[in-house]
Amino acid sequence: MRHPQLNEKGELRHLLTIEGLPRELIHHILDTASSFVGVSAREVKKVPLLRGKSVFNLFFENSTRTRTTFEIAAKRLSADVINLNINTSSTSKGESLLDTIDNLMAMHADMFVVRHAQSGAPYLIAQHIERMRGHAPHVNVINAGDGRHAHPTQGLLDMYTIRHFKGDFTQLTVAVVGDILHSRVARSDIHALTTLGVPEVRAIGPHTLLPGGLEELGLKVYTDMREGLRGVDAVIMLRLQNERMRGALLPSAQEYFKHYGLTEEKLALAAPDCIVMHPGPMNRGVEIDSAVADGPQSVILDQVTFGIAVRMAVMSLLGQSQA
Amino acid sequence: MSIDRNGGRAPVATANADHGEGGRPSAPRLSIVGGRVVDPASGVDRTVDLHVADGRVLAIGAPPDAFRAQRTIDARGLVVAPGLVDLAARLREPGFEYRATLESEMHAALAGGVTSLSCPPDTDPPLDEPGLVEMLKHRARGLDLAHLYPLGALTLRLAGEVITEMAQLAEAGCVGFSQALAPVLDTQVLQRAMQYANTFGYTVWLQPQDPHLSRGGVAHAGVVAARLGLSGIPVVAETIAIHTILDLVRDTGCRVHLCRLSSAAGIELVRRAKAEGLPVTADVAVHHLHLIDVDIGHFDSHLRVDPPFRAAPDRDAIRAVLADGTIDAICSDHTPVDDDAKQLPFAEAEPGVTALELLLPLTLKWASETKTGLRAALAKITQRSAAVLGIADVAGSVAVGMPADLCVFDPDAHWKVSRETLCSQSRHTPYLGYEVLGRVRATVVEGRVAYEERPIDGGEARR
Repeated sequence: MRHPQLNEKGELRHLLTIEGLPRELIHHILDTASSFVGVSAREVKKVPLLRGKSVFNLFFENSTRTRTTFEIAAKRLSADVINLNINTSSTSKGESLLDTIDNLMAMHADMFVVRHAQSGAPYLIAQHIERMRGHAPHVNVINAGDGRHAHPTQGLLDMYTIRHFKGDFTQLTVAVVGDILHSRVARSDIHALTTLGVPEVRAIGPHTLLPGGLEELGLKVYTDMREGLRGVDAVIMLRLQNERMRGALLPSAQEYFKHYGLTEEKLALAAPDCIVMHPGPMNRGVEIDSAVADGPQSVILDQVTFGIAVRMAVMSLLGQSQA
Repeated sequence: MSIDRNGGRAPVATANADHGEGGRPSAPRLSIVGGRVVDPASGVDRTVDLHVADGRVLAIGAPPDAFRAQRTIDARGLVVAPGLVDLAARLREPGFEYRATLESEMHAALAGGVTSLSCPPDTDPPLDEPGLVEMLKHRARGLDLAHLYPLGALTLRLAGEVITEMAQLAEAGCVGFSQALAPVLDTQVLQRAMQYANTFGYTVWLQPQDPHLSRGGVAHAGVVAARLGLSGIPVVAETIAIHTILDLVRDTGCRVHLCRLSSAAGIELVRRAKAEGLPVTADVAVHHLHLIDVDIGHFDSHLRVDPPFRAAPDRDAIRAVLADGTIDAICSDHTPVDDDAKQLPFAEAEPGVTALELLLPLTLKWASETKTGLRAALAKITQRSAAVLGIADVAGSVAVGMPADLCVFDPDAHWKVSRETLCSQSRHTPYLGYEVLGRVRATVVEGRVAYEERPIDGGEARR
């Protein structure tokens, strides 16, 4: 079965997940992103690659930060950007997801940036668009985070950040720490890291936050954070959402921080030049101590800057791709 | 207050009323010639003619003197089997007519060779009241297609709190009592429901799934769910529920039918319970003989079913133990879902697949892949399922004097599952677009040719 994000020639039509993307394609996206890093630093922060194109940010789930970075990326490519917070408009009036998509396609959208609370929702949209081929103009879909499944642009910008600071992937040990069960970022990072040849990817967390089957995805699983951090070159901290405290997953934020919060003391067990990453927004004092978040090894704000360039790269590549 | 409570029910009240008292005198005399008659109950498997009169099988072999058929079916190259008996087909009436109607799904049943079927009580309102059951049976009789054996609700509104008027529901035509997919959270209620059912000798049908462990789950808790970011339903959700049910069987003596087993561990528990001599039977849904979580692929909502498709070793265990009798029957678990309810993100999509017309082909597929003989395979969808329903005296076998409910099929015919070839109002199955083997050519209900793919008369005019 052909992956719904690729066309017959194996080129990217949509970006739905990092899983299954060839290593060369990931590097190509990262190379393209590096050419855009300079654009944001210029006096005139625009290139005309998507001039005349309409990018629709379809956010079925709220996210100010991700929506903003996509909006900036699209505008720097000279696209017109339309933001729709759909959880507050049409679905509450009973319109189905695909009816919404049909309407927006009729408005001649060129690209959908989709954030949805359900895993797989952007696949449904992309597959619907493919079914409409020949009846409606083609629209590219970018997954901006679907349920627990994937957040591919975040995964790519994390890879960009690691490549920027570490150069080569094939000698690294990388740890992903925290709520992997609920994290789409973790899943995208794991697929990207293993595809790019990182020899050791570790998952660290309590059993309640680690889904079954991580070993089959090529990970080493640690429940002791100190042991898991030993010698790592990069650590990706995951956001712990407050609602996880209300069920039976964790007893308290304090106990979580004590065992799985990243402190200077725990970070000292990692390689001396280990970089600290976080997709944001951070819960200081829950998964990360401020001294680390603001410390010399933190590259968290670099991630944000690179995120714009990576999203510009993805949008420009999709915008130039052939339907 | 139920309708017809004082006497008016008499002509329709026996459980097997659908199968009539004396066959169907008005049915034409029928001969089915040259077919391979396969009857799991008697062990018959040979090419022989079959003669039908008054809705019953009159003779197998030479016709009696003076018998003159009004219609002859040329069954050369075809298998003549008992009409299939399906333990679970949702017909969606009352309440969900936008998904399917009794009429559309009864036609689908006949097109699939199914002549008797049992429907779970999860309609809207649920079948918790004798009047509803009578109305459903009345509607089914009016259509005069397949025989319908409803399961009554075990508790009012399926809420798991108050037990239903089981004896009156049984009089109205219910052949067992079930919660469908609704849980009984209070184990004391379940214990009492089983005690009460056992008072009258009724069978309680339970789909084992712990409601807490399966909460929010939409796929087998395994590598695929972890990868796709779908909430998992662990195998222990099934095994813990089976443990509870089996202990209550030991405690109450109530006969229980375990519905839709999905895991190797669950099957092992049932195997041991049967060895212990507990009064339990079990079934699996036919799609579970073939599909696993990996088949979800890119969030294909056709694979969204309850219980979920599990890992390959679970599927393999199901396929292996079917032959040894641990699992009594294969059912379709036919669940019509409308397009709008399927064209949603995986977790939001309505669970269920259309399966009445795939029961036979997918059972034959299992049989050919596991080198199971045709007779043993057909037993799982005829003789054995009729025994589970308690209707083996009127359905599930081909024998002289039995109602002539027959499925005549071509075991070598390939056909493509498509929106056009399916009769059910719902076309959602993972097999859409695939070729399957085994095509029903004609379905006979009480001696009447109720369905034929195209006229296969041996010379005489149709009807």
